[in-house]
Amino acid sequence: MNILEKDLSTKKTTREAFGDEVVKLGKEDRNIYVVDADIAKSCKTMKFAKELPEQHVNVGIAEQNAAGLAAGLSTTGKVPFVSTYAVFGSLRMSEQIRQEVCYPKLNVKVACSHGGLTPASDGGSHQAVEDMGIYRSMPNMTVIMGSDYYSTRKLVEQAAEIYGPVYLRFTRGAIPVIYDENEEFEIGKAKKLHEGKDIAIIANGDAVHLAIEATKELEKLGISVKLLDMHTIKPIDREAVVECLELGQIITVEDHNILNGLGSAVSEVAAEEGKGKVKRIGIQDQFGESAPYEKLLELNGITIENIVNTANDLVGVKV
Amino acid sequence: MTALNIEELKEKAIEMRKTVVTMVHKAQSGHPGGSLSAADLMTALYFKEMNIDPNNPDWEDRDRFVLSKGHVCPILYSALALRGYVPYEKVYALREYGSPFQGHPDMKKCPGVDISTGSLGQGLSTAVGMALAGKRDKENYRVFSLLGDGECQEGQIWEAVQSAVKYQLDNLVVFVDFNNLQIDGTCDEIMPLQDIEKKFETFGFETKRIDGHSMEKVVEMLDEIRDVKNGKPKCVVLDTVKGRGVSYMENVVDWHGAAPNDEQLEKAIVDIEGGLK
Ligand SMILES: Cc1ncc(C[n+]2csc(CCOP(=O)(O)OP(=O)(O)O)c2C)c(N)n1
Ligand SMILES: [Mg+2]
Repeated sequence: MNILEKDLSTKKTTREAFGDEVVKLGKEDRNIYVVDADIAKSCKTMKFAKELPEQHVNVGIAEQNAAGLAAGLSTTGKVPFVSTYAVFGSLRMSEQIRQEVCYPKLNVKVACSHGGLTPASDGGSHQAVEDMGIYRSMPNMTVIMGSDYYSTRKLVEQAAEIYGPVYLRFTRGAIPVIYDENEEFEIGKAKKLHEGKDIAIIANGDAVHLAIEATKELEKLGISVKLLDMHTIKPIDREAVVECLELGQIITVEDHNILNGLGSAVSEVAAEEGKGKVKRIGIQDQFGESAPYEKLLELNGITIENIVNTANDLVGVKV
Repeated sequence: MTALNIEELKEKAIEMRKTVVTMVHKAQSGHPGGSLSAADLMTALYFKEMNIDPNNPDWEDRDRFVLSKGHVCPILYSALALRGYVPYEKVYALREYGSPFQGHPDMKKCPGVDISTGSLGQGLSTAVGMALAGKRDKENYRVFSLLGDGECQEGQIWEAVQSAVKYQLDNLVVFVDFNNLQIDGTCDEIMPLQDIEKKFETFGFETKRIDGHSMEKVVEMLDEIRDVKNGKPKCVVLDTVKGRGVSYMENVVDWHGAAPNDEQLEKAIVDIEGGLK
């Protein structure tokens, strides 16, 4: 079905997708564990804690311990999902995850909510602008962000299936449901949402529905857009990016610093291929502050309007 | 400002609590529970004990305050607003765009905030740094820091404690707001803290444990420790009730980070005005 015609009015959070999926996985496989650090409520793992107490650990406010404990669990064949806010899961735990999980390539999943600017009113201390970049830099780590409830569920399921460290990023607010329940996803394989020939837009996470809206407007303006949901930024789907480069210009859109996230991953491929132009829309290498989420997006140009204008400028430049 | 007496402090604590619930209601987000449990101590510190000058927030000789459990900034903002660091009405811009009153304390945006906090477990180390500098520079200021009981589960707290003892920081006073609640449940359920006072003592602190809602006891404790220069940092464990002063919030874990609606706000104000006189 044409994504541009799809009704996107149903909204759900991706953190709930994680909470729901991990309960399902935990019931099917008793080796699935959740390790919490006193924010099970926000991370939607309370259900898991209640229904599968034997597979649940809450270490309290002690993220470093959570990471190390998970590493230990994984050496005995368990598959732990360590869960906290993205800012703490990527920063407070980062050395423990590097040394005890990535270095020995253990089977630990770091599953974090409140990614990007989404904990908007909490302010800059709680907004994770750099988390995906941190984990993208660690050898052996896979980095994933679903763009809606169903894709997130499928990607969590797949993360449990593959062996090795995975960083999964979820967000706070409800976002449009884009996919059907039965849509299949593959880690490392971009999802093509729309085919086009003038310009490519590659987005991930909460930015995907903005990119869909921008695509609608651009198509109305007669600009044909190829739109990808790049749910895995590492390993990046090189082939899909190369295909986009054939169009000559790509816009990336993400709720993450423009450094070291999706935009960087795509730019690296473009630079190595020696062709195409990439414009990165994302957090402008600055910390956030307390404000409504939409305001924070606007301050960084992560808006439908800016995607449309950027595309217009790029296509205008094309002879 | 002349220090308030005990009766005046009790009155002020009522104003502090009312300010907290009103600002969280206005923002429709924020952390009332742990703000209210800390209200009596914060009132005594900001209206009697601390040597500070709201007209000169960066005064070098001032006492410092580090809100290590940064999420309860509504109570800090109440103190700063009522002391005149920022015009009082601004306090109702909690968590709004451009406000000095960020979701967690931001030293670049709000005068009177001595350091930015929000990630639990980190504030105490910064307080140790301030106290250490005070010692080295032979300054007389003191440094006060407020920790959550749940926060004491962070390993970094104990790293900071070690260094405070090593450097004999008797100019440092650490308060633990022992309300026995965190986010997911009681501290006993989530990660038992054992005898927290004894832990600090074993690490080398001089310790006390008092009723954190008795203004008499709080003031007496502050009087007792004020001039003790014995080479030991101090720790005071305050037995408190999360949500204290608002009947329906007291000891209810869900009021950790939830905002009252209109009706609940009204009830909160009535409770605060009535119950604590
Ligand atoms: C490093 C870190 N982990 C998790 C959180 C999320 N968090 C905010 S408040 C809180 C519970 C705090 O409990 P406690 O220290 O007892 O404070 P109080 O009861 O006084 O509110 C948690 C886990 C955080 N702010 N920082
Ligand atoms: Mg507590």
